[in-house]
Amino acid sequence: MSNPPAPGRAKAPLLEARKLTRILPAVVPVTLVEDVDFEIGEAEFVAITGPSGSGKSSLLYLLGLLDRPTGGEVLIEGQRTDDLSSAELAHLRLEKLGFVFQFHFLLPEFTALDNVMIPMQRLGKLSPKAQLDHATDLLAELGLKDFLHRRPEQLSGGQRQRVAVARSLANAPDLILADEPTGSLDSASTEQVFQSLQKIVETEQTTVVAVTHDLDLAARMERRIHLVDGRIDYDRRL
Amino acid sequence: MLLLRIAATHVRTRLRQTVVSTLGVALGVGFSVAMASLMEGSQRDFMSTLIEAIPNVEILDERRFPEAQPASRIYDAVVFHGLRPKEDLRGIRNPTEALASLRDWVNGTMAQRLSGQAVLRYSGQDIGLTLIGVVPRRELDVSKIREDMRSGSFEDLEATANGLVIGDKAAQRLGADIGDTVTLTSANGVARRFKIVGLFHTGITASDEGIAYAPLKAVQILLEKPDIINSISIRLKNIQDARVVAARAERQLGYKAVSWEEANEGLMEAFVVRNVIMYTVVGAILVVAGFGIFNIVSTIVHEKARDIAILKSLGFPEGDIQRIFVLEGLVIGVLGAIAGSGLGFALSSYLATVRFEFTTDVEMTHLPIHFSALHYVIACLLALFSSAVAGFIPARKAARLNPVDIIRGAT
Repeated sequence: MSNPPAPGRAKAPLLEARKLTRILPAVVPVTLVEDVDFEIGEAEFVAITGPSGSGKSSLLYLLGLLDRPTGGEVLIEGQRTDDLSSAELAHLRLEKLGFVFQFHFLLPEFTALDNVMIPMQRLGKLSPKAQLDHATDLLAELGLKDFLHRRPEQLSGGQRQRVAVARSLANAPDLILADEPTGSLDSASTEQVFQSLQKIVETEQTTVVAVTHDLDLAARMERRIHLVDGRIDYDRRL
Repeated sequence: MLLLRIAATHVRTRLRQTVVSTLGVALGVGFSVAMASLMEGSQRDFMSTLIEAIPNVEILDERRFPEAQPASRIYDAVVFHGLRPKEDLRGIRNPTEALASLRDWVNGTMAQRLSGQAVLRYSGQDIGLTLIGVVPRRELDVSKIREDMRSGSFEDLEATANGLVIGDKAAQRLGADIGDTVTLTSANGVARRFKIVGLFHTGITASDEGIAYAPLKAVQILLEKPDIINSISIRLKNIQDARVVAARAERQLGYKAVSWEEANEGLMEAFVVRNVIMYTVVGAILVVAGFGIFNIVSTIVHEKARDIAILKSLGFPEGDIQRIFVLEGLVIGVLGAIAGSGLGFALSSYLATVRFEFTTDVEMTHLPIHFSALHYVIACLLALFSSAVAGFIPARKAARLNPVDIIRGAT
């Protein structure tokens, strides 16, 4: 197992896992993630791979501060997160993280534009006009200019997932965490979504960490962290 | 605004359930308002009849406590048993002076009276009644008898030394009418002839059959109580001052002064109990409506578990999630309160038009409705409180949902 440093890193890493462990309490406790250590820097495109049940998604939820570890800690830009309140964690997610899930997870009653604007409205850093312009630009960049006012049910699977990608970018996060973002898509849509994520890394200098079981896609990413039974089997740059 | 928009969207997309829940609240508010209007209307109607029927403050020719004996004023240990005080002539002494001293500070009008029992005889029939000797122009200042006059005039007592005004029911029983001469006999057996100059009808049978008015002088002669009165009636500009005025008058004159509130203390307490019962029923109706809201918000929380996970993953804190679902309850509550206020007004307006014709009286009466903004405010606040509580319980559950469990379940 190796743990290569990100190139050109001088300051605290964007994301750091230290002895990260998550054990589900039960009569027979279930270990989801165990002693995971790594650092991820800016503008990295990282794949987390592994067989089914290896703890990929569990690790992503821990990194995304949606779940709390039972051991170890997650640091974002050097800041410890284990002692933050749930409200502080929520704010950190809002400001610094973006999520893309296997299923689009868009709010069904709202249009594509609304779905992208909601995180911006919650953060409240931009004026309403700037929010609208920014959301429109994001959707246009992802090829959805003509679908701004459509609700999720009126979009194809690939379009929905691209709206989800646009939403994850709404607050210009430093890190996007994607859980099987192409898992439910056909090959054409998979390619579109993958290219969208790749473009984000290249143009926005945003780090993308994606869980995938698609080894072909993983092979196209610059770094792969492979898990087996909740532990890192290998962590290598490609 | 964002949270309200999300809440409103959730509620709007469940139109049928929302309408049913809103109707529940609206019916609760509507019936509460109508019931409160009716209850307060009847209370006010009753109180106004009562207040018109009796003086705001009445000073009587009696003491609140027995007069202390001279020896007991000096020695604490003195105890009297079987005391038989000397017979004292009842009545308010120096009425002119007493009235003058009250006029100095009482903000209202007052009239002196001498009341006593007498028997009214006409064409071989007798009726026992309370004879009230009045100074007519003063009496008109403190009572509404002028409005109750059915025929003749109360002022005619002023011009007719032996004039008499009786209730129409008494006249009917005797077969007497205006202009007839009747005989009044006092308890002491003194008899005098009086001429009926007016008939009144108050609607209170006991008064219409059992009260008669005559000039004060004539009554003093009949009852053999020259220059004596036994009560002073006061009508105040502000009836809420009655207690204070009664207390001060009692201190000043030494005679028992009774405010209209004290005279009807038992009744006032009964009204309090009645209002407690009313607001309990109103509260119960709104609690039932609250269950409807609880049901819909719980359903939305259940159906929207995935959205809750999405919002949490986007960075909405637990407080926001809780607020969204409390707002959903409140949105239904506000809609219900608005619709219910309209319904309450319509119901109250309709009830105000319902009329009853009683066979025992010639009067046609209607349901007394009192329109008050306070009823609407109370009912709406209760509805909103009920809605907030109904929304809060499922909202708290929603806020505590673990997004990871939901995301895992969905995938």
